[in-house]
Amino acid sequence: MNVSLNWLKEYAPFDCDIHTFSEEMTMVGQKVEIFSTEADKCKNVVIGKILEIKEHPHADKLLVCMVDVGKEVLQICTGAKNLKVGDLVPVALDGSILPCGKEIHNGQLRGVDSNGMLCSLSELGLTTHDFPNAVDDGIMVLDEEWPLGTDAVKALGMDDYSVEFEITPNRPDCLSVLGLAREAGAAFKVPFKMPDVEFPKGEGDINDLLKVTIHDTEHCQRYTAGMIKNVRVKPSPKWMRERLRMCGIRPINNIVDITNYVMMLYGHPMHAFDYKYVKGGHINVRLAKNGEEIMTLDGVQRKLTDKMLVIADSEEPIGIAGVMGGEYSGVYDDTNMVVFESACFEGTNVRATSRALNHRTEASGKYEKGLNPEYCVPALQMALQLVKELDAGDIIDGHIDVYPQPRTERHVKFDVDKINKILGTQISREEMEKILLSLDFGVNGDEITVPTHRYDIAKDKVTEMNDIAEEIARVYGYNNLPSTIMNGIAVAKPTEMQRFTKKVVNALLGFGFYEIETFSFYSPKNFDMLNIPQDSPLRKPVVISNPLGEDTSIMRTTAVASMMGVIARNYNARVQSVSLFENATEYLPVEGQDLPDEPRKFILGCYGEGKDFFFLKGVIEKLVWSLDISDIRFVRSGGAGTYHPGRCADVYIEGVKVATLGEIHPTVLNNYGIKTKVCVADIDSRRLFGRVKGVHQYVSLARFPALTRDIAVVCDDAITNGEIMDIIKDSCGDKLESVKLFDLYKGSHIEPGKKSMAYSIVLRDRQATLTDRIADECIRKILDNLAKINVFLRR
Amino acid sequence: MKEQLESIRANALAEISAADNLSALEEIRVKYSGKKGEVTAILKQMGKLSAEERPVMGALANEVRSDIEQALESKTARINRRMLEKQLAEEEIDITLPGKELEMGKRHPLQLVLDEFKEIFLGMGFEVVEGPEVEYDKYNFEMLNMPKSHPSRDTQDTFYITENVLLRTQTSPMEVRTMLSQDLPIRVIVPGRVYRADEIDATHSPLFHQIEGLVVQEGLTMADLKGTLEAFVKKMFGEQTKVRFRPHHFAYTEPSAEMDMTCFKCGGKGCSMCKGEGWIEILGCGVTNPVVLENCGIDSTKYQGFAFGMGLERLAMMKYNIDDLRLLYENDMRFLSQF
Repeated sequence: MNVSLNWLKEYAPFDCDIHTFSEEMTMVGQKVEIFSTEADKCKNVVIGKILEIKEHPHADKLLVCMVDVGKEVLQICTGAKNLKVGDLVPVALDGSILPCGKEIHNGQLRGVDSNGMLCSLSELGLTTHDFPNAVDDGIMVLDEEWPLGTDAVKALGMDDYSVEFEITPNRPDCLSVLGLAREAGAAFKVPFKMPDVEFPKGEGDINDLLKVTIHDTEHCQRYTAGMIKNVRVKPSPKWMRERLRMCGIRPINNIVDITNYVMMLYGHPMHAFDYKYVKGGHINVRLAKNGEEIMTLDGVQRKLTDKMLVIADSEEPIGIAGVMGGEYSGVYDDTNMVVFESACFEGTNVRATSRALNHRTEASGKYEKGLNPEYCVPALQMALQLVKELDAGDIIDGHIDVYPQPRTERHVKFDVDKINKILGTQISREEMEKILLSLDFGVNGDEITVPTHRYDIAKDKVTEMNDIAEEIARVYGYNNLPSTIMNGIAVAKPTEMQRFTKKVVNALLGFGFYEIETFSFYSPKNFDMLNIPQDSPLRKPVVISNPLGEDTSIMRTTAVASMMGVIARNYNARVQSVSLFENATEYLPVEGQDLPDEPRKFILGCYGEGKDFFFLKGVIEKLVWSLDISDIRFVRSGGAGTYHPGRCADVYIEGVKVATLGEIHPTVLNNYGIKTKVCVADIDSRRLFGRVKGVHQYVSLARFPALTRDIAVVCDDAITNGEIMDIIKDSCGDKLESVKLFDLYKGSHIEPGKKSMAYSIVLRDRQATLTDRIADECIRKILDNLAKINVFLRR
Repeated sequence: MKEQLESIRANALAEISAADNLSALEEIRVKYSGKKGEVTAILKQMGKLSAEERPVMGALANEVRSDIEQALESKTARINRRMLEKQLAEEEIDITLPGKELEMGKRHPLQLVLDEFKEIFLGMGFEVVEGPEVEYDKYNFEMLNMPKSHPSRDTQDTFYITENVLLRTQTSPMEVRTMLSQDLPIRVIVPGRVYRADEIDATHSPLFHQIEGLVVQEGLTMADLKGTLEAFVKKMFGEQTKVRFRPHHFAYTEPSAEMDMTCFKCGGKGCSMCKGEGWIEILGCGVTNPVVLENCGIDSTKYQGFAFGMGLERLAMMKYNIDDLRLLYENDMRFLSQF
């Protein structure tokens, strides 16, 4: 919210530079975002008086003026025709800078000395909105008297600062000059004073003209109205226009400016409307009927529902309460009588209405935070006083005030100990009291009275001392509170799952994998990209009801798509070789549950030289080994559309499927525009973690020597290494220490369609030296069993 | 015999001196001191000598043998030394040739910062807990003192799944879950992903990470909150870092604050990073609103809490001087390999 600094000073006479002001207000809780002034942009421009106007000797379109700028009389040439002797004008002196960006220096115009420049509105960054009596196409002539030589910054009201505050939603009272001035008073320890207001005397009686009925007292807490007649619409005076301008509001005319001025001052929106359009002279505050329509001031036809509060005359809505007036609710050239509305509507309803209509206004922005109904009358009084002061019309005597349930002040116990306990301080009762009084709280013995404008305080019994503690602390200064180390020692340790995750991450980093982070949502198109079967449960994701766009519309059911996206990006960036992993979350709806399951996955992806299926298989084997897990099995899998059907495996540990790995299906690669082979592994963290055993128990070092036997066998191509390994393992019992394939050969000396596989078999007896006889027996048993599946010793 | 010995000595020493490799020396040793060597042969004839001559000749023979052995030994050492020198010279390499290219991955910058964060708070006795990202409205808002119509909800544009289920807009719902399920006292930090309906640009993203902290115990004060966060900032950004607390508003804390720290780039003098202010806003915090404690079944007259929360992306971007948030989610290798 933007506020004029000079306006604030009027109610809290602090005296400091703008930087100190910003700092102190920020530290008391009213954060200054930014401030600006026009003074910096306008330098060395003063008020001068035209003494003489002569024709230019060499140019028809120029005039030569003698201008008194206080210290001296300057000769200045101008092209403007609107000047006469005696006019007061802004004069840019030698070396001046103007808001329009011009720099002015002494010089000559067509051979005549010109020592400065007479300024127009636009050269000073102003418009006729700011100075309605000035002209657009000529030199600005002031309509007020000023000592000659006065800095134009002051004379034109440009010495003020426009200060932008960030107001937190709990402080609607600070959406106003008075609210912020009160805060400034507390911050700078200067007295703050509310303006004195009363209803000005008038003629006639409002009650003969207007009747107000609130039909919905839940949504309208108070409705106050005053009236004027013989309205004289004209520009408002300069001081008012300047203040509005500094608050970021465009001056319109005296009546509209008065309502805006009062809104800025009290933070209380007002509305002025033409009495002749209030049919029946009766204002009804009620809920709209379903289907009722209204054309609002901005020319939009709006459909209303029975949840929206409206201001209606005896027939139809003439305004949407707290949001915007109807088409005829303004003030026009032929307006004679004006009704000023100063009402208090309930915030939640205003917020819901303005959301439903998708229309937010200055007024709705204030109402929806919850305003103080106690300000209805002072705001109306101020508006009528201003009407009188500005001679904008004649007051009609009396006012209407419908206030079914007046807001009362809250009272809370003044518990100094509790406050100090919350803050960790030893602030004295006296000091606390002083702070509370400076914020307009009342203190009476052990009782604090909360002013009505602070309805955010003590809303709830359990939090009232915290509320008061915050008030004390922010004025006392958060940075003056002590900093302490909390009592008690707590012992913390990562959970087993967290330690497991760290272990896996470290292993993957060691294998050369870079960690990635990807979005958890994506487009449903990813399912087609991954070639996922139409009936797959993966195609039933958690759907976001209000996504930003299709690309972020569903929660991912497989993070493999995210990995493929990143792989494609790097492939397109011509990165030769990558190994990537993500510690990813997936979101799987669960039948009958509100919340989905959120399994954690380690998704591994790689491409480049040497990064084939067996590279990734090796990574998984080593990873599992590093976790002290031995019983791992790779089982051929169909690939589920995403993987190459001949190059995909499911990984089992103790019969539980913990991962799938494979080469990506050529169709999927094509979908991503990748022209190289990509391998991906999809590891279920929770399942893998579930297979991790406790502490590994030490096994004594072998004391008896091992015997190594190498065998080469020949078999059909269709026989897998896995089958042969299983038979070898099953044949030797506990004598087998390890078995390893060390050669795979196809070609000459081997029949077509067959292959030769060579295994190195290490045998050991942990209790005794293994004899050749026993070793031979083991090998014979292996060969016998292999023969059963037509695998024979190579001759 | 004496002449014989003298001549053996002279011959042997001459041959040793002429020898230039170890096998030649070995031949010489065999020729003179071996079992059938010349000195050995002479010694075998000692028996034939008279009793007067025997000790004299014996002494001489031993002297000759010892001379030969010493000469052999020193020559062997010299040859060994020369051979070693030759080997070393031959084995010299160009140590500027490239090392073997091993592959090693790197952590994502967000995780690097998060790790450091976790380590600091573990040291202060905070456990790390995580919770669901698809969350109930009641945990994300209602129980945190933000009922359905609360204006604070406006500042957090929310993605909804159903009327009552949403993508959490903050890690705070895990505060509620922790208070509901864990025994007191509580000291936890909650890192995790959160979601808000912001279009992505250089500083905004519909998905980002937060780290939340919560302490609930008896006798806790706002001064403890300040002390804890100051300690964190000094460990994370250096002992010279200063902080300031500004009053702010959050529905679930009262009193509430925002914490700024001195700009780590200019140290507080004012620069482009801190927009000339010398301070950088880093987190929101406050004393847990007693309403929230009561909502979670904790006796607010006995226990007090404090909480804080901050954005991880912002921390990482500040720490590594990253100027565009999107880089963090693009995962370009040229970016990832820098950390």
